[in-house]
Amino acid sequence: MCVTCGCGNGHTIIGGHALRQQRKPDGPLHFRSHETDAQVADVSAPRIVKLEQDLLAKNDGYADANRRYLSKHGIFALNLMSSPGSGKTTLLVKTIAALNGTLPLAVIEGDQQTDNDAARIRAAGAPAIQINTGKGCHLDAQMVGQAVQQLGLQHNSLLLIENVGNLVCPASFDLGEAHKVVILSVTEGEDKPLKYPDMFRAADVMLLNKCDLLPYLDFDADLAIEYARRINPKLRVIRISASSGEGMAEWLEWIKDGCSNAVAAKPEESFG
Amino acid sequence: MHEMSLAENMLRIIEDAAHQQGFTRVRTVWLEIGQLACVEQESLRFGFDVVTRGSIAEQARLEIVETAGRGQCVKCLHEIPIATLYEPCPDCGSYEIRVTGGEGMRVKELEVE
Repeated sequence: MCVTCGCGNGHTIIGGHALRQQRKPDGPLHFRSHETDAQVADVSAPRIVKLEQDLLAKNDGYADANRRYLSKHGIFALNLMSSPGSGKTTLLVKTIAALNGTLPLAVIEGDQQTDNDAARIRAAGAPAIQINTGKGCHLDAQMVGQAVQQLGLQHNSLLLIENVGNLVCPASFDLGEAHKVVILSVTEGEDKPLKYPDMFRAADVMLLNKCDLLPYLDFDADLAIEYARRINPKLRVIRISASSGEGMAEWLEWIKDGCSNAVAAKPEESFG
Repeated sequence: MHEMSLAENMLRIIEDAAHQQGFTRVRTVWLEIGQLACVEQESLRFGFDVVTRGSIAEQARLEIVETAGRGQCVKCLHEIPIATLYEPCPDCGSYEIRVTGGEGMRVKELEVE
């Protein structure tokens, strides 16, 4: 798609298949063949066309469709976002191991390249599909919708979506999830919430990860949480360590509550 | 660099409008961008130039209209202008501010022929 930086949907691969585009992006426009010459002359004069269309409207439409599908089937979906290296995948692997057998779950893995993370998730015992965005910097709702169809999710289950490691772009793209979860690790700077406010504002939960390393670092956990709550006063924070297991019980409890609520809120089946 | 995706969305909006309203060339695009929107304007201009090559909007002028950030303090209920997401209410010092304007990104209108 973009030949200069390569960004965009042109090279997106979902579970080994190319992203299906609804319309060929560079396809020819045929819209005047039915018009008379007089009409053509009329429309060729310069004029102003009012549009008032949101740039994210198309993504939001796909996200709404995903949300309806997930809600209809009692699926609790989380969109996990962070910088690269915050420990997202390790946290997911530990989460899957801890939940093993208690509820059905599946994972959508987003990375620019490689199937490595999906392979790690499958090795942990959960079905996973990899979305490779090529040079793209975020998942969007259309990609996730297609991944959901390919995965064939179980009803009344948990869907974990690991976004591309990036603390900026994924914040803008609704995927249809129930909650956005941002992961900040204590090996980063305390002021990341101030530097990347959109992400912390979009999230409902922040996992402060790698807390087992705090004794060896200068990182001020209270200050990091204060900064995050300046951006988002309602942000729920869980101090966690995928390695030591600290905070995992609270995180798992929160997930289980979310899953129960998703099942309870399922619209009644229509038998008419 | 999600600005490239946003630029592609702009082109799609323009092409959809061309299908519906029957124009063949776009001279100017007026784009409204909120001061608090998560977008870098220069990257968006670059992306727009790249994605419109060979399209009906090739060489169209991109006019960006910036709208100011607005918010309402949840504590003191004052309406305040906001330039960033991390500054407190100037009247009461609370960080609980509900953003009421200046977040959107929308194609407002086009000059076409």
